[in-house]
Amino acid sequence: MVHHKNELKQKQTENKIDHLEDQVKHRQMKWAMLIVTLAAIMMLGACKKKVQQAPAPPPPPPQPAPTATLTANPSTIEKGQSVTLSWETTNADDVTLGPNKVDAKGSATVSPTDSTTFRLIAKGAGGTQEATARVTVTQPAAPPPPPQPSATDQELFNQNVKDVYFDYDSYEIRPDAQSAIAGDAQFLQQHPNISFTVEGHCDERGSTEYNLALGDNRANAVKTALTQAGVSADRIKTISFGKEKPFCTESNEQCWQQNRRGHFAYGK
Amino acid sequence: MRKILPILLVLLFASFAFSQTDWIKTGTGLGQERVRLAVPDFKPVGADQQTTSLKKVFDTTLWNDLSSAGIFDMVSKSFYPLQVPGTPQEVNASAWANEPPKAGMLAFGNLDAAQQDIAVQGWLVDVNNASTPPVLAKQYREKASEESARKIAHEFANEIIMRLGGGVNGITDTKIYFISNRTGHKEVWQMDYDGNGQQDITKQGSIALSPRISPDNSRLAYTSFAKGGVDIAMYSLELNRAVTFPRFGGTNLSPAWSSDGTKLAFSSSRTGDPEIYIVDASGQNMKRVTAFKGPDVSPVWNPKTNSQVAWVSGRTGLPQIYMMDADGTNVQRLTDQGYAVSPSWSPNGQYLAFAWIRHYGPGAPGNQDIYVMDIASKRFVQLTHDAGRNDFPSWSPDNRHIVFQSDRRGRWQIYSMLADGTQQRELTQSGENTQPNWSFK
Repeated sequence: MVHHKNELKQKQTENKIDHLEDQVKHRQMKWAMLIVTLAAIMMLGACKKKVQQAPAPPPPPPQPAPTATLTANPSTIEKGQSVTLSWETTNADDVTLGPNKVDAKGSATVSPTDSTTFRLIAKGAGGTQEATARVTVTQPAAPPPPPQPSATDQELFNQNVKDVYFDYDSYEIRPDAQSAIAGDAQFLQQHPNISFTVEGHCDERGSTEYNLALGDNRANAVKTALTQAGVSADRIKTISFGKEKPFCTESNEQCWQQNRRGHFAYGK
Repeated sequence: MRKILPILLVLLFASFAFSQTDWIKTGTGLGQERVRLAVPDFKPVGADQQTTSLKKVFDTTLWNDLSSAGIFDMVSKSFYPLQVPGTPQEVNASAWANEPPKAGMLAFGNLDAAQQDIAVQGWLVDVNNASTPPVLAKQYREKASEESARKIAHEFANEIIMRLGGGVNGITDTKIYFISNRTGHKEVWQMDYDGNGQQDITKQGSIALSPRISPDNSRLAYTSFAKGGVDIAMYSLELNRAVTFPRFGGTNLSPAWSSDGTKLAFSSSRTGDPEIYIVDASGQNMKRVTAFKGPDVSPVWNPKTNSQVAWVSGRTGLPQIYMMDADGTNVQRLTDQGYAVSPSWSPNGQYLAFAWIRHYGPGAPGNQDIYVMDIASKRFVQLTHDAGRNDFPSWSPDNRHIVFQSDRRGRWQIYSMLADGTQQRELTQSGENTQPNWSFK
């Protein structure tokens, strides 16, 4: 009871946290919009002020405006390759490429790991000029996935290996199960790389502990039949589930028969 | 031992008085009368809320403990005098000794939980010999809580049971370990003997089965699927965690402690066929004691001697109960037909309880029921009747009670009863609960 309550409480708390996070996000968005709006208003205001206050200054002496060009060669690389950036500016006395001060003209080799936009800023008496160059970095093509023969092995295993069914309270291989065993053995000999598990199962009527022992006898009866048919014992693991993992949960003979079996599982 | 024996025989085979059904009970010592015990609610010292609520817990627990002890004829409360005593001075002995209560013994006292503590004074007096001093005079003090109220009631009940029950310790402080799937996985749980205080022990998220508590209550051996096989696992109740235990290969299950705590018997299929093995409590010195094709499982020690083991074998087809010396010699078959599983050996060494579909086959009468066999005579009595399937009996340390699982109401739940089959009580309700194991003390 306590356990359930705690779980419930935790769930409620998680829900609350989700809700709170939503609220926080919501608030953050509201704030962001408010700031953008305020900034817009202030900028508009500032512009207006300038226009109003500017008392017709003397026209500045004409200065040639700076120019800037930036190229990346090649503009698309695979991750790990490098790219040459070349730039040229005129009429500028302060040239920066990204965070670094650079010469008015030059080139550099870089190896960005992600797609990057390089930014060249040329500042001069005549103003500021900006140029950008985009380098796209592609991820190297993934190597082709290794062939997985085991997947097909498993499929074949599941298609071809048939479970073995038992009578009530018995671990003897029934005459009608011999053909299943023979087919299983044939397949397993043709696929000698497959290791597998034989699970012993019982129906719900017996007692828990006795059924675990009986299920073990069933799994080992199947294992013995297979080894006698030529399948190597070290490929076979056995486990008993007794009545702990039924295939069918109704209380009738049809269902009980489903649960009295040696079940084959791929791998061990 | 001499003193206990008649009581046990009475318990086991007796009680015409209780049988209102059409099955027949026979036995010896049927004329022996039980002590008529009156247990009025304790007198509250204050009228505060905490005293009132804790007194209710105390009164209920004390009454349940004494009525389920199996050795008293509880005098119905409706016969009690109106004046309820809180101290020996307030006892009007003749009012209790005469009709209508006609009590032999009177257990009474007072309870005070007005402050941080709960304080209880309790007496047991022989109302037919009013001049003699009380048989019992006890006082208890604990931090006030429902748990404390229950604990004090259990302790006082145990004193009364020991004094009037031939010196045998009561079982009110014992625990029952069991498997529950209420969290979605089969885990080991524990509860008080009366079903209170249920709590989980393992948290493996796998399948746990067959919990068996060590005689000193320090360790729990069980069957675990957690490591990809079926293995014996060991859990320390002192460290509150799993401790290492060897893996033997194959399917390993149904561990059983010897009553001195030095050995474990269990079933292992490490050779490809489930057989009974005995190891030291550490898991070392493994010895195989059975060798017969087919399931051999569910061993239990004779707790009196630790020199015999009873177990279940399918060597002749349907499972039957067998018994042997602990070295594997002197094998005897104890059941002669049907489907017999889940033996539990009584602490006094005399009886085996087990689950039996006696008349097995399509259309056969009866179901899986709990039986008790007297080992010396091989005579048996059926304890459950017409109530679903019943399995996994486990004896209480006083030989007077048996806990077991039953699906009589649809899902598997745990029930307790007296060892004569009377007073059956459901102890669990949540999820499915199975394989109860009563602690040694």
